[in-house]
Amino acid sequence: MEKLLKIKEVTKAFGGLKAVSKYNLELGKGEIRGIIGPNGAGKTTVFNLITGVYQPDSGQIHLDGENITGLQPDTIARKGIARTFQNIRLFGEMTVWDNVKMAFHARTGYNFWGALLHSASFKKEEKRIGKESLEFLDYLGLAERRNELAKNLPYGEQRRLEIARALATKPKILLLDEPAAGMNPKEVEDLIGLIQKIHNDFPLSILLIDHQMPVVTELCHIIQVINFGQLIAEGTPSQVINNPLVLQAYLGEEEAIA
Amino acid sequence: MLEKAIIGKKSISAGSLKWIRLNAFFLISAAFVQMLGNIGFINQYYIHILTVMGMNIILVASLNLLNGYLGEFALGHAGFMGIGAYSGALIAIYLGLPFFPRLFFSLAGAAIVSGVVAYIIGLITFKTVGDYLAVITLGFNMIIVNIIQNIDFVGGPRGLVGIPKSTNFFIVAVCLSFTYTVLRNLVYSNYGRLWISIRENLIASELMGVNIIRMKNLAFTIAASFAGLAGSLWAQYQQFINPKSFDYTKTTEILVMLYLGGTGSLSGSILGVVVYTITMEILRNLLEFNPRLVELRMVISPMILIVIMLTRQFGLMGKREWKWIQPEKEGN
Ligand SMILES: Nc1ncnc2c1ncn2[C@@H]1O[C@H](COP(=O)(O)OP(=O)(O)OP(=O)(O)O)[C@@H](O)[C@H]1O
Ligand SMILES: [Mg+2]
Repeated sequence: MEKLLKIKEVTKAFGGLKAVSKYNLELGKGEIRGIIGPNGAGKTTVFNLITGVYQPDSGQIHLDGENITGLQPDTIARKGIARTFQNIRLFGEMTVWDNVKMAFHARTGYNFWGALLHSASFKKEEKRIGKESLEFLDYLGLAERRNELAKNLPYGEQRRLEIARALATKPKILLLDEPAAGMNPKEVEDLIGLIQKIHNDFPLSILLIDHQMPVVTELCHIIQVINFGQLIAEGTPSQVINNPLVLQAYLGEEEAIA
Repeated sequence: MLEKAIIGKKSISAGSLKWIRLNAFFLISAAFVQMLGNIGFINQYYIHILTVMGMNIILVASLNLLNGYLGEFALGHAGFMGIGAYSGALIAIYLGLPFFPRLFFSLAGAAIVSGVVAYIIGLITFKTVGDYLAVITLGFNMIIVNIIQNIDFVGGPRGLVGIPKSTNFFIVAVCLSFTYTVLRNLVYSNYGRLWISIRENLIASELMGVNIIRMKNLAFTIAASFAGLAGSLWAQYQQFINPKSFDYTKTTEILVMLYLGGTGSLSGSILGVVVYTITMEILRNLLEFNPRLVELRMVISPMILIVIMLTRQFGLMGKREWKWIQPEKEGN
């Protein structure tokens, strides 16, 4: 079967530094896969390459059989790739609700003139968008918070709002960049349950970056390990953890023990 | 009864009805004020101040779309006003139309010409140059004034005279009501959400699939169209225009009123213009005894801007909005 996302021999250098080199990935439909690696390994750069924030120096990226290498970020997003960010990027001065409503922009069901006139169909569609976005908020336990400004939410809820906003675009692939960063063990536990639930409830594939082993080992059947921009191991959690190269990469990093 | 006649049989929601009623009330009051002015019951001076306020609110609120909602920093609004003033004036003078068609085409034509110019400038700026809108628009403002000064056909630096008088307070009120309906409806729609999202986090917005260039240029074009509309109103009100009245001094004045009222709030644009205009008029009257002191007002205006920036960055309104401007929330 054709893989949903195929990354072939992708390389990206910043000046002399090869942030990602000859990187490969195949992500199947409905799969959930993890990427781990020490600080500065190139994990976020992989996401930035997939989403078009950076153009690869060489190599190709295919989505659903279509070559998306070199396309603009917004075009790639509309093709069905949604992501969250390592450093949260919400629309701070917008309400929680509007953050999610905004995600409906490609399928509002009304055009410019409808908006200009606040026509009957505009009102109907806005009502639908309001209702559907509230369902996403409810799903992530944020419905009560809907009228607050996003910037006023506590950290953990902001992370969940980012996920709600990404889900509301109805993506084929969800990219999560260190969703557990800055969370306490209890919150991490909840997050693992949540990602599991999303994976079961939505028809999408998930690519998950994390520093903390428990998150990826519990969630993913297959894990990739990156170090200095290179893929050093790929396999099941137990295979990866026992790989000497991986142990070496994480040597001195306390996260390896966690 | 009247509402039924306007709306027809189609059922219309309570929210829209409220807005229509509000505007009808505003326009009836404006017509009344105009009439009282015409028969000399209200001093022409006050009618004049109200008319100028109305035109300035159109200018400020439209710039708000760019500098407030979209979060850009444009410095050439008076330039677009100038384009509108001259194109509106030329349409009014040379097409030889009767009153109403003349008024309509000179207003619509001005808005379209300004909009098209902005669209082209925006396309070039947002596509190739990136984050230099402030410099580009400032330069554009200077260039457009310069160009007009060098066209003899429109009077060059001496200005253009003999524009038929088609505008009064009431006509400005109608245009203001139209402007606010358009701006409010767009701000409280998907478009408003996208503009604000770009302001709040451009990268996140882009990665949510928003075509940033398109959305920015849409706001830029709409803002410039309304500036053109205001320019055309101004030309047909004053019956005389000269290039200097559209230079960066006017742009600065628009900016001061905008930031005084508060960016990102349509209420703020009204409040900013009203407070600024009244302050300036009081100052004019206070300083009138000495003609040299009157010029001091031009120093005071930028000083107001500095004080706002230092003390109350979000202007008088902050990002709040008067209740009557907000549509009722759908599905709340
Ligand atoms: N825009 C950029 N310009 C220059 N260097 C960059 C840029 N983006 C990333 N890098 C560099 O590329 C390398 C990989 O960075 P990346 O952010 O992908 O790492 P990471 O694996 O996500 O690390 P972390 O775990 O800290 O998030 C780092 O050395 C980083 O400094
Ligand atoms: Mg990272």
